[in-house]
Amino acid sequence: MAETLQELGEHVAEATAGAVTAHEVRLEELMLETTPDKVVALLTFLRDDPKCLFKQLIDICGVDWPEREKRFDVVYNLLSLKLNRRIRIKVATDETTPVPSVASVYSSAGWFERETYDLYGVWFGDHPDLRRILTDYGFEGHPLRKDFPLTGFVELRWDDVQKRVIYEPVKLAQEFRRFDFLSPWEGGIERELPGDEKATKAS
Amino acid sequence: MGVMTPAKPNSAAEAALSRALNDELADKGFVVAQLDKLITWARTGSMWGLTFGLACCGVEMIHCWMSRYDLDRFGFAPMPSPRAADVMIVAGTLTNKMAPALRKVYDQMAEPRYVISMGSCANGGGYYHYSYSVVRGCDRIIPVDVYVPGCPPTAEALLYGVLQLQKKVRRTGTLVR
Repeated sequence: MAETLQELGEHVAEATAGAVTAHEVRLEELMLETTPDKVVALLTFLRDDPKCLFKQLIDICGVDWPEREKRFDVVYNLLSLKLNRRIRIKVATDETTPVPSVASVYSSAGWFERETYDLYGVWFGDHPDLRRILTDYGFEGHPLRKDFPLTGFVELRWDDVQKRVIYEPVKLAQEFRRFDFLSPWEGGIERELPGDEKATKAS
Repeated sequence: MGVMTPAKPNSAAEAALSRALNDELADKGFVVAQLDKLITWARTGSMWGLTFGLACCGVEMIHCWMSRYDLDRFGFAPMPSPRAADVMIVAGTLTNKMAPALRKVYDQMAEPRYVISMGSCANGGGYYHYSYSVVRGCDRIIPVDVYVPGCPPTAEALLYGVLQLQKKVRRTGTLVR
């Protein structure tokens, strides 16, 4: 499986002439990297090439890397039903650089791109209708960015005088507390966790 | 297993009361009762619950009406239209975006109206208490009569909440709210 994917990656990199900046197979999954100006051409190729036939766009999502200069990754997950294969394409961008919309290639991309725009603030150029899709009407900020505070900025309540729902700055009775000090996801993985001494050691 | 009907205490006294009532009705052709008691009795016996299912609690709410617990036998029927409903069951996470819609639906209900807040999220935000997009309790938007705790509460817990609401209606017995 890994060899097939490796071959496929090489084939795509060769055939698209420089659109693929890197390709790699990890955990039996093929991942390509490309640049914003080439993404439409690359996805069109992946959809139409008889060795690829990735006719389904499963999802478009974003990743925020605050320490990077190009802080966002836009990730396209494609599926080929014909060849039973999946592929992932990553494009790096920042707050201002637009990524061209692929709604002309995959009709489902419109809402996925709206979602990515809503939650990360990635700009999609020539998108037919780039609005927020999930967050509240009039919401400010992009909540899945790492610098967006967990609790946000506003909370709302019903105002009996004005007879409408009003927004107010967040006032918490108690700050958010993280109780899970032993979670391996919090960086304590080198430490021995309780109960580890009972496990049989891998030789 | 399931819901058991406990044996009625003092069934002899109840039978006597029933017989006295029957005799009175046969003798005079009418029965005297307190109007407010009669109204609350009618009110508790025919409550139409507005099914405001927002999340997983909504599934438990449906269970409550299904054959095992069968809320209908308490005179509590599901009613998807706010104009005809008496009780709103807010079942699930109330998000900021949904809050004005919830209030709008509540405002459409006719008086007297009651609200059951079902589950941790509706009671106080629950798991999403610190989220940027969730209302920290639906009582920030509408007045709540009964809070049912749990995540999600079992159908039995909601049933108990409904019985508590009926008790509240009987106890307060007001005509105008």
